[in-house]
Amino acid sequence: MTHTIDLGRIYGPSEDVVVREIEGEIVIVPLAAGIGDLEDELFTLNETGRAIWSRLDGRRPLDAIVRELLAEYDVPESVVREDVVGLLQELLDRRMIVEKS
Amino acid sequence: MSAPARSYVRKVPSGRDGLWRGGPPALARLDIELTERCDNDCVHCSINLPAGDASARSREWPAARWKALLDEAAGLGCLVVRLTGGEPLLRDDLEEIYLHARKLGMRVMLFTNATLVTSRLACLLRDVPPLEAVEVSVYGMTAETYEAVTRTPGSFAAFRRGLDRLREHGIGFVVKGAVLPATRREMDEFEAWAARITGLPEPPSSALLFDLRSRRDEAKNAVIRGLRLGGDEFVRIARRHGEAAVDEWRGFCARSSGPRGDRLFGCLTAGGSAAVDAYGRLQYCLGLRHPATVIDLATVSLREAVTSFLPRVRAMRARNPAYLERCARCFLMGLCEQCPAKSWAEYGTLDTPVEYFCGVAHAQAVAAGLLEPGEKAWTVTDGEARARERRGR
Repeated sequence: MTHTIDLGRIYGPSEDVVVREIEGEIVIVPLAAGIGDLEDELFTLNETGRAIWSRLDGRRPLDAIVRELLAEYDVPESVVREDVVGLLQELLDRRMIVEKS
Repeated sequence: MSAPARSYVRKVPSGRDGLWRGGPPALARLDIELTERCDNDCVHCSINLPAGDASARSREWPAARWKALLDEAAGLGCLVVRLTGGEPLLRDDLEEIYLHARKLGMRVMLFTNATLVTSRLACLLRDVPPLEAVEVSVYGMTAETYEAVTRTPGSFAAFRRGLDRLREHGIGFVVKGAVLPATRREMDEFEAWAARITGLPEPPSSALLFDLRSRRDEAKNAVIRGLRLGGDEFVRIARRHGEAAVDEWRGFCARSSGPRGDRLFGCLTAGGSAAVDAYGRLQYCLGLRHPATVIDLATVSLREAVTSFLPRVRAMRARNPAYLERCARCFLMGLCEQCPAKSWAEYGTLDTPVEYFCGVAHAQAVAAGLLEPGEKAWTVTDGEARARERRGR
């Protein structure tokens, strides 16, 4: 399913998952039924996903997150936007984040 | 940041290999024995005090203590908690403890006989799934056989009701049988019954080897000894579906890294896991209650127990000359059930060769063509080579 991602909006973790940071990994553990394809799945994020997720705190809009990432990483803005939108699509698909604004 | 089209979210299915880029956390899994009490009175059971045992009940940790312990465990990185007993569903606060563990982001392994599964519990497990299959012990296919094992009238009907509730609510579970005098003739029926249950995540298993009670109750242990299969009978049952099991035994021996020497703790439990009994005493594993390997969590934090006490236990070495002569040099350690917990339950020591398990392992090795009848595995120097040579025959 394709979601319309508005960079002016705020997103944060869903109450249907528990997010843990263990040994440097972000581990997303389903709490409610129906998050994973199978019942026993956990989820982790790749490096790009971790950098974005750590800023998805339900307080900052996505465009602020994009600006922070541009200040930290030497990559074109189009790449950062594509990564943010790509991750958000996946997380919304899996009900791991919700819109807070 | 990088941009190629790809997945940012990685699934980590059961088994979780590759989850950690560095080492695993200090505590990956915690086994909690919520109670030693059980509503059944199974003839072979290694842990079942009467359900109404007021003394045991009064000493059990309350939910608040378990929840605080789970908080500590989460801080150590624990991702999996096993709730077992006794029968953990005897606890009125089971749901509270379960939900607390799940809200901490833990997967929960629930071991039960299913007799006390209520619609309310089934709804909870449906809405907040444990992320691990519920493990249900099955003691027979009819009320007659089931209750010959459980010695509890009405328990078969209660078990079926509980299992139906799990099925109706779509809860993932696995079934585990027990090969006992009362159930031996039902092995095929048990497997056929399990095969008809749709959605079982794995085929049924059956316990063939029974542990003695780790509280070392000699009267009950004598009963358990009387129920045990001999080595040849164990082999006959294990190979009744063909030779795959026998070849698997060869595989265990072929992959062995050689005799263990005086190192006592070589099992999968080593590192990353711990167990706590119903009264808050931390153990190396659920079956090991030797005083030198147990520490009261009233006196130390879980972190201290896991990072300081357990490594000292893990470093213990065997000193018993019989162990050093036999087990330390034996190439069958991958097959044999010998471990400090078994030695403790049988003899009250950590390092006494357990004759029963030694006999079973030797019967397996003879069946697999790794030993001649009468040959002792610890006198063999080319055991692993024999296993590699005979694999797949």
